Amino acid sequence: MKELVIISGKGGTGKTSIAAAFASLAQNSVIADCDVDAADLHLVLSPTIRKRSDFSGGKKAFIHTDKCIGCGVCLSHCRFGAVVQDDNADETASGLKDCENCEHCKRSCSVRDRTLIREMQQSMGLAGSTIFRIDSFACQGCKVCVEFCPVNAIDFRLVVNGEWFISDTRFGPMVHAKLGIAEENSGKLVTLIRKEAKKIAEEQNKDLIIIDGSPGIGCPVIASITGADLVLVVTEPTLSGKHDLERVAKLTSNFKIKTLVCINKADINPEMSGIIEQQAAELGLKVIGKIPYDEAFTKAQLMKAALIEYTDCEIAEKIKTIWQKILYEFA
Amino acid sequence: MIISVASGKGGTGKTTISTNLAMSLAIAGQQVQYLDCDAEEPNGHIFLKPNIETTEDVTVGVPEVDLKKCTGCGKCGQLCQYCAIISSQNDVLVFENLCHSCGGCIAICPSGAITEKQRKIGTAQFGKSNGVYFGRGKLDIGAIQTPALIRHIKKQIQEDIINIIDAPPGTSCPVITAVKGSDFVLLVTEPTPFGLNDLELAVGMIRQLKIPFAVAINRNGIGDDSVINYCKKENIEVLLQIPDDRKIAENYSRGVMIVEAIPDYRQKFLKLYEDIQKLRKNL
Repeated sequence: MKELVIISGKGGTGKTSIAAAFASLAQNSVIADCDVDAADLHLVLSPTIRKRSDFSGGKKAFIHTDKCIGCGVCLSHCRFGAVVQDDNADETASGLKDCENCEHCKRSCSVRDRTLIREMQQSMGLAGSTIFRIDSFACQGCKVCVEFCPVNAIDFRLVVNGEWFISDTRFGPMVHAKLGIAEENSGKLVTLIRKEAKKIAEEQNKDLIIIDGSPGIGCPVIASITGADLVLVVTEPTLSGKHDLERVAKLTSNFKIKTLVCINKADINPEMSGIIEQQAAELGLKVIGKIPYDEAFTKAQLMKAALIEYTDCEIAEKIKTIWQKILYEFA
Repeated sequence: MIISVASGKGGTGKTTISTNLAMSLAIAGQQVQYLDCDAEEPNGHIFLKPNIETTEDVTVGVPEVDLKKCTGCGKCGQLCQYCAIISSQNDVLVFENLCHSCGGCIAICPSGAITEKQRKIGTAQFGKSNGVYFGRGKLDIGAIQTPALIRHIKKQIQEDIINIIDAPPGTSCPVITAVKGSDFVLLVTEPTPFGLNDLELAVGMIRQLKIPFAVAINRNGIGDDSVINYCKKENIEVLLQIPDDRKIAENYSRGVMIVEAIPDYRQKFLKLYEDIQKLRKNL
C-alpha cells in the first residue's frame, strides 16, 4: 500500500481539483483530505458520512477565578501571552492592595526577574485581588502555569479542536476532518487522518492512499508528507509559484521523499513554465506534466464533479497521462 | 492603523491586494508599511522589489542540559507536553524541532542543569520599496514555529502609520497570530465553491477574534454569485472586486503589480482604504 501526497507550497494552484481527478481515476484507493485548515475536497466528492468522531489535539489551561489569589506566577511563566488580566478587574485594586507603588521591590531586585519580584511582593502580604484568565487562542498547552500555580487554581483540561469523519464517496472511502474555527494542532489532526486512512486501506485491501495536502511548508505539511511514498507538487508558472516550489522541494528532499512536479495553468506564462522546468531539473525533480489554463477547473467545481467526469477534452487527457506516470513511478 | 489581509483558501490574491494597496497609499503620499507574515511562503518581495537594509536571524530558546549538574530526577520530561525532552537515569535527550520554547523544563529543573540556548527558525528582513516600508519573515525549511516568526515581524508595527499585514492562508495558529491585534481584516476570496467554503471558515475565525472585517472578491466572473449572496445574507460589506483578467494574471506571473500594469487601479485601492476607514468610524 502506497501513499501519494499532493502539495503545492503556494496556495490556489489546483491541488484539490487534481486530487479529485486522481480519486476518480484510481481503481482501488482511499482518499484523505489533509488540508484540515481549509478542507474543500468534500465539495467535489460529496461524501456520505459513516462515522464521525471528536478530535482532541491536546490540553489547555483554565484558571478557577474563585481559587486564584492574583499572585501572577502564571503570568510570569507564560511565554505565549496567554495569561491575561481580567478585563473586569478593577485597575486600582489590581495586584497589590496596600501597595503605594514605591517600586522598591522592582528597583532592589538585582536580576529584575518578574518571578522574584512577585514572590517578594507576595511574601510581604501584598498580593491582592487581580484575577487572571487564560486566552485559549494563545494557550499552547505547555502546562507550565498549571505546574507552578502555588494554590492549584489552574486546571489542565482536554479540549475538543474539531471533528473527523470516515465517509463513502463514489470513488471509494474517504477520511476527512473539520478543524474547529480558530483551533490549533492541525499537524496532529493530519497525522490522525493519515493513520485512519491507512487502517481502512489495510482492512479493505486498498493499494493506494491519495492525500490532498495544505499550502505552505509548516507543521500540517510536514505532518502530511512524513513517511509518504511519493509527493506531487502542483505549481504554476509565476514568480511566486517558482519561489514556493523551490522551498517545498527542499522540504521534501530533507525528508527524502521522491517528488514529482506538475505545472498547472502552464500557458499563462510559457516562458516561466520553461524556467520552472529548468529549475525542477536543477533540483533533481521530474516534471511529469503541464496542464493549460482551463475554465473547466472552475466549471467542474460548480457541478461538484471531478475534472474527468466533467470534460473529456485536452486537460482530461493531460491529467490521465500524469496519472499513468504516477502509477509507473509506484510500479 | 493595522489592516490585515487574510483568506481561508490559499492563492486567492492576498499578496496581490496587500502589495497593491500599500503601493497605492505610498504613491498618494501616505506613510505605509507592508509586513509579509506569510512566513512559510512569503512572496511580497517579488512584487514590491524592496531594497533590503537589514537581515537578521530569528531564534527561539531551546533547552541545553549540563549532564554534570543533572540528577536524573526526570521532572523536565514529565512536564514537557511536546515530547521535546526525555530524561533517563544517565542521559537527557532534547528534540529541538519539537520544542515549543515554553521554558517549563528550565523553570522546573531543581538542580539548575538546564539553560536556554538559541535555535534559528528563520530570518527577518527589513527595507524600503518606493516609499513603502517593507518587512518579511522567512521560515527555515523544516522549522515549525511559524507563530514565533510572525510575532517577531509584528514587532515592527508602528502605531502612527498604516501597517498592512499579508497573512498566511488557513484558519489556524499562524493566521491567528498574524491578524491578532489588527484594527481591520480584509478577507480575500474568489467566487467559486472552494472560495465560498473557505470564506465561511475565515469569517467564523474573524468573528471569534472580534475584529471588524470586510470581503474582497478576486477573479470576479470565473464562478457564480454564491459568494456575493452569502455576503448579502450575512451583512458583510464587499469592498473590492477585481475582475478575472488575463492581463492581470500574466503580469502577476512576471511579478508586476496591477497598479504598475494598469495605473487606473490606484484609485480603486485608495477607495478601498477610504471605505475601510469609513467602516471603522461607523462601528
